[in-house]
Amino acid sequence: MIELNPRSWLYPTPRGLYCEPGDFYVDPAVAVPRAVITHGHGDHARPGHRAALATPETLAIMRARFQDMPNTQQQALAYGDSVRMDEVEVSLVPAGHILGSAQVVLEYRGQRIVVSGDFKRQPDATCAPFEPVPCDVFITEATFALPVFHHPSDASEVGKLLRSLHTFPERTHLVGVYALGKCQRVIKLLRAAGYDRRIWLHGSLTALCALYQKQGVDLGDIAPVSDAILETFKGAIVLCPPAAIADRWSRRFFDPVSAMASGWMSVRARARQRGAELPLIISDHADWSELKQTLVDVGAPRVWVTHGREEALVHHARSIGIEAEALHLAGREEEEGES
Amino acid sequence: MQAFAELLDSLSFQPARNAKLRLIETYLRQTPDPDRGWALAALTGGLDFPAAKPALLRTFGEDKIGPELFHLSYDYVGDLAETLALIWETDPESGPAPSLAEVVETLQRATRMQTPAILKRWLDSLDATGRWALLKLLTGALRVGVSARLAKQAAANIGNQPAAEVEEVWHGLSAPYRPLFDWLLAGGPKPHSNMGGAFLSPMLANPIDRAELDTLAPAHFRAEWKWDGIRVQIASSGGIKRLYSRAGEDISGAFPDIVEAIDFEGVFDGELLVRREEAVAPFNDLQQRLNRKTVTLKMLKEHPAHVRLYDVLWLEGRDLRTLPFDERRARLEAWMAEKPRTRFDISPLVVFTDWAHLAELREAMRQDGIEGLMLKRGDSPYLAGRPRGPWFKWKRDPMLADCVMMYAQRGHGKRSSFYSDYTFGCWRDGAEGKRELAPVGKAYFGFTDEELRWLDKWVRDHTTNRFGPVREVEPALVLEVAFDGVARSTRHKSGVSLRFPRINRIRTDKPAAEADTVDNLLRLVP
Repeated sequence: MIELNPRSWLYPTPRGLYCEPGDFYVDPAVAVPRAVITHGHGDHARPGHRAALATPETLAIMRARFQDMPNTQQQALAYGDSVRMDEVEVSLVPAGHILGSAQVVLEYRGQRIVVSGDFKRQPDATCAPFEPVPCDVFITEATFALPVFHHPSDASEVGKLLRSLHTFPERTHLVGVYALGKCQRVIKLLRAAGYDRRIWLHGSLTALCALYQKQGVDLGDIAPVSDAILETFKGAIVLCPPAAIADRWSRRFFDPVSAMASGWMSVRARARQRGAELPLIISDHADWSELKQTLVDVGAPRVWVTHGREEALVHHARSIGIEAEALHLAGREEEEGES
Repeated sequence: MQAFAELLDSLSFQPARNAKLRLIETYLRQTPDPDRGWALAALTGGLDFPAAKPALLRTFGEDKIGPELFHLSYDYVGDLAETLALIWETDPESGPAPSLAEVVETLQRATRMQTPAILKRWLDSLDATGRWALLKLLTGALRVGVSARLAKQAAANIGNQPAAEVEEVWHGLSAPYRPLFDWLLAGGPKPHSNMGGAFLSPMLANPIDRAELDTLAPAHFRAEWKWDGIRVQIASSGGIKRLYSRAGEDISGAFPDIVEAIDFEGVFDGELLVRREEAVAPFNDLQQRLNRKTVTLKMLKEHPAHVRLYDVLWLEGRDLRTLPFDERRARLEAWMAEKPRTRFDISPLVVFTDWAHLAELREAMRQDGIEGLMLKRGDSPYLAGRPRGPWFKWKRDPMLADCVMMYAQRGHGKRSSFYSDYTFGCWRDGAEGKRELAPVGKAYFGFTDEELRWLDKWVRDHTTNRFGPVREVEPALVLEVAFDGVARSTRHKSGVSLRFPRINRIRTDKPAAEADTVDNLLRLVP
């Protein structure tokens, strides 16, 4: 029997990764008739599909971001359940990236391909942990695929923020976070470290925080900055999108310390480019060791590497006997996206 | 080591001076001897480990992850020490991380052969920040934006002493500075300062203008030319001869011609110049000799250094600083008259009757190498720091040029949300005879807060392109730039560099096309 070539039924097209026997795209770059979405970040979830399949949480996030998506036929698939799309069996498994994030498991004629989407292995109180699924082909992200990336424990990074607050008790601590995922994770980490004061939010972060709370993620006392009356923000923690730190918006705060929570912060030149005075290495993507470990855990003889530093991971995979190649997908942001 | 690593880490991301001071102070207070002393030595540039060199780091990295992955990593990070610190993984079995004192004391004793093995053990036991700090310490380039002066200021602050007091005792001490911390924090005695070649904090002058001069009595003041060199101190006692910059940095190494000519004891204040025959060479000539660890014979011959003295602080074992200026001056002149001294002379007094007369003399003196006038009260003792009243500098009016804003960058600290650093250019003929702007300098002061808000908005409204933190703007805003001099430069694309450029005025009234040309600037080169 001739082995089925996986590229014959799942391959990149200008619109995105296309599954031919199921007639759908995974995280397409443009609006398509049928899409399967791994998670709610903007470079994976786009508006305008005729039909979209995702976890209930991801669909809730998409509705919040895309004006309710009245013209998209939405199909929720809980973790662990499966559904048949034409000739392909589709199921969703937790990816540990953000709330609702999933790996897409595709089975066709006895062959199993896992599209990991974005994932991490570090524990995260705002989402279900990554589950490795043994497969024939594993499609992995490579955002932090260089041996220089070893994300430290998130608790120790939040400890840095709290220590800075102790050293500069009168300064406002502005923390740049991506609105979806990082923001809520940082709040949860602060709560876990015993910080129970009010955490202030830039207006653009409130909607997704409300959504997380509705989904059962308790964020404690949070309030938008615009609600503050008579508040001086001295010694307060204020979360905002990264761009707001350098914006006129930040001028209302007293001598602010600018912190930035991102995986890129481990490289000094990157942190300085972003103007971070207090870089916090908190990442929602797998680091080098997590990527290597995951290749071992899923045991796939073939690995396709997408968005990021493919070269290093392909080199490593080949060195341990895996048939690896880079897979170039349309519409993926190379770096400074929602990482 | 961990506490020191965290200090360096925080400093490297902290742009504001006061916050840097706070970080160093907190560290010095909380860290026991001798670690804090070694840290202070590292921050003031007083440690050197010749056995650890970049090639060693590269070998370590390639051995660890293979040349391909190491190359990809280095290419991405762009800094060898940081790359190695990041790729190395902590080995939990390797035992406790070393203290800073252990690192310094071990490396000072270790041979070139022993160093790699010791280093590997430490890299295993430290975390990424610790490894980065260790490797930075080893290769001697901390680059955390802390000058020796700032570190000493922080030390002074923890003992509520003026920085001048620490500068004064500094050169009599050596790392790890136990007597210094005993004095600053534990009520111990102040270390001796009149030890061999100690630096004494200099007295500085305040700027003054013509209008303010009229409030002062001319008879109380002595005038000297303000030479365009660098302020130095000669300190010689007990056979130790040193030349210091104004900030207390020992620059003897770069000026062996001066040090060799010191055949006397005492502490003198003066201006370091390059002098050929009788003429003072332009500042640019002096610059050739600054910031060099060694100096070639050719350099010594072609750029001979000279110190023009204007004050004496110690002479014949006596501290003269409490004496009035006139008295010190008399002793300086008498001392100079004792015998001819090559490489040293005295800055002559400028004789004048009243301020109007002095103003005329100042106008008439267009000689190169003179920046303006110094005015010193005849009865002023020599006081460390910048006391208001006894000494003034009356600089020559600056040169002006109309330049066009090309790029803007956000400032630091309180200005971090404002575009406050401006790169500006002048016109020249580019390829195919097309007129183009060539950047001639960068300025980030000279404007009021209100003007800054205006400029910030202008930048945001006229951005045409972004490169990381830098914005390119429409070439439409003319800035009148003031500066103290122009020199030819091979490091600048335009071929000129301005001395002390600052924004003098915003010329919204002037069309950009009418701004100055690079040729106009070149005509001002002496």
